Amino acid sequence: MAKQQGPLTGTQTLTIGKALNLGLRRALEDDPKVLLMGEDVGRLGGVFRITDGLQKDFGEDRVLDSPLAEAGIVGTAIGLAMRGYRPVCEMQFDGFSYPAFDQVTNQLAKMHYRSRGRITLPVVIRIPFGGGIGSVEHHSESPETYYMHTAGLKVVTPSSALDAYFMIQQAIRSNDPVIFLEPKARYYEKGEVDLDASLASAEPLHRSRVVRAGTDATVVGYGPTMRVLRDSADAAAEDGRSLELIDLRTLSPLDLDPVYESVKRTGRLIVVHEAPNNAGPAAEIAARVQSECFYSLEAPVQRVTGFDTPYPASKLEEHFLPDLDRVLDAVDRTFSY
Amino acid sequence: MGDKPATKGRPATKARSGARRSRPASTPADAAALQGSAGEHGSAQEPEFVQLLTPDGERVEHPDYSVDFTDEQLQGLYRDLVIVRRLDLESTALQRQGHLAIWASLEGQEAAQIGSGRALRNQDMAFPTYREHGVLWCRGVDPTAPHGLFRGNDHGDWDPAKHNANLYTLVIGAQTLHAVGYAMGINYDGKVGTDDGEAAIVYFGDGASSQGDVHEACVFAGVYHAPVVFFCQNNQYAISEPVERQTRTPIYQRAAGYGFPGVRVDGNDVLACYAVARHALDQARHGQGPTLIEAYTYRMGAHTTTDDPTRYRTGSEVESWKQRDPITRMRAYLTKAGIGDDDFFASVDADADRITGRLREFVIGMPDPDSSRLFEHVYAEESPLQDAERAWFEQYQSSFVGEGAH
Repeated sequence: MAKQQGPLTGTQTLTIGKALNLGLRRALEDDPKVLLMGEDVGRLGGVFRITDGLQKDFGEDRVLDSPLAEAGIVGTAIGLAMRGYRPVCEMQFDGFSYPAFDQVTNQLAKMHYRSRGRITLPVVIRIPFGGGIGSVEHHSESPETYYMHTAGLKVVTPSSALDAYFMIQQAIRSNDPVIFLEPKARYYEKGEVDLDASLASAEPLHRSRVVRAGTDATVVGYGPTMRVLRDSADAAAEDGRSLELIDLRTLSPLDLDPVYESVKRTGRLIVVHEAPNNAGPAAEIAARVQSECFYSLEAPVQRVTGFDTPYPASKLEEHFLPDLDRVLDAVDRTFSY
Repeated sequence: MGDKPATKGRPATKARSGARRSRPASTPADAAALQGSAGEHGSAQEPEFVQLLTPDGERVEHPDYSVDFTDEQLQGLYRDLVIVRRLDLESTALQRQGHLAIWASLEGQEAAQIGSGRALRNQDMAFPTYREHGVLWCRGVDPTAPHGLFRGNDHGDWDPAKHNANLYTLVIGAQTLHAVGYAMGINYDGKVGTDDGEAAIVYFGDGASSQGDVHEACVFAGVYHAPVVFFCQNNQYAISEPVERQTRTPIYQRAAGYGFPGVRVDGNDVLACYAVARHALDQARHGQGPTLIEAYTYRMGAHTTTDDPTRYRTGSEVESWKQRDPITRMRAYLTKAGIGDDDFFASVDADADRITGRLREFVIGMPDPDSSRLFEHVYAEESPLQDAERAWFEQYQSSFVGEGAH
């Protein structure tokens, strides 16, 4: 990641990684209670360099290189939040968020409910997630189902530089705990961001968005699969099929109104994610869509997902991950009814 | 299994990291205390610990913990001990009579909780387990506040910020990390280094000492030099498992591995618990970092009212600990020192009767919570899923109106 040369302003073409970095910088500038904490987030700038340069500019008391202990990071973040801070924790990789599972699901998620609103915990947990980077085991997981299933947590994931920049700031301002899933395979994808735009003018955090209008079938994805969706829509267009693409952006709460509206027009739905199929996000979406759009559906909801195996060795991951061909195959299937 | 009277001026048991008075990893007394004898635990011999009041009620001095208590303080500590025991016994009775679903008794641990609880200054923050009813009492929390948790009405009904006492935590050891994070915040707020400085204290037990969270908490506390006191009540049992199933070394000695002092205190001696906790808290508030205190005590009752301790410990062991009762020794001391007379003791008993009566009345009269509470406070901000479920549930409930069913 290039070193920053003075403050960036105006509309810039940024990678998702750089947009996150600038969003975190803005959050640190805007609120002295915002702290970043995690393994290697300080001097190194994080293993993906998302926090690059922030400790240098904000100091070791704002950007904390923590001991190598994920439960410790989240547990102490809870205490800091009780003290009035807004900690932003980095889990270095998805698979390493599991050692913190009790602190996230039993402690962080439930405190507001248990205390009947007396304690709010504005903690953000950033997790680089998803596969496709050719890494060793435990570095390519899609843990979103666990966190979506836990009442008290909010779960969001950006898929573009623009969303990365604003959504991280919105997550930090949220008074609820937010699991912020970063599509690590897409950190280097570029997009335009207007750095002068106000946070208030940005799309609200918990809204899904139609990112490409279409008429024949609806395809829903989020985070790392959005590029697959765009490629699929391009290819389908060559076959004369018009796909409407929806980026969920928020997984908890789900915002399915745009999906219902779309499916009522197209009659066909394909849901795509890297997380395993069984009891995954697509299962919940399919259940709700069949309930809300029963008389509009022309075909069963199709799911294009990771398989119900542990994440495989990286030489096999191309078979595990949803790709263009599997999405198009699912589109074909919806037209076979 | 007789009680060995404490001797005056025992050597200090602090394991200061890199400090002058390092001690061997264990002593014969430690080993005896840990291994017990004839299958009994913590009763063969008293281990080395800080003691200011012997089981016979004799006031002894300790070179490192010299505290002058006023008569009012001593009377107050006695009153606290008696009241929290009476509240506790009443709570167990309320469970037996069907008014509480479960109760976690503190009987036997009153001195550890009152001593440390009264050592806190107003600005300090306490993080309890689920047994610290005595600490809550010291923090000014209404003694009825925890009972909703044990009746099934709520998860504890007090304002943690108002009383500087967090809600109970039932996942063993999880709260140690919250306390350390809170204490890190004290550092970042610059609230250390003066008499007005702040400190956190976190309670946990001998069983919790095996938890990964407790280890991580000690690591973070040491690394960030957090103003936190780890107060371990070693009551000898984690439900049925004796302390030697948790550790091969005395718990307080683990502090050396984290780079801060550890000290063992007679957990049935309210004066020693007060002195040791006050010292550790003041060290923390003055920027001297964390301390681990092991309060060596005994859980006289069951783990909770669901437990049957006769399956795993002997009557003679329990009897030997009765000889070290925290209230008996305090009463003996106050009597001998002329600080408490019959009128005083009677007035304390009358206070305990009154407060306990109020508890009983409150618990029996607790109404069931309204079903609308089910969906409240899941989130601080927008909560569309719960809003939809609440709307459906209300409609569903109202569909029964007129049929007399709910």
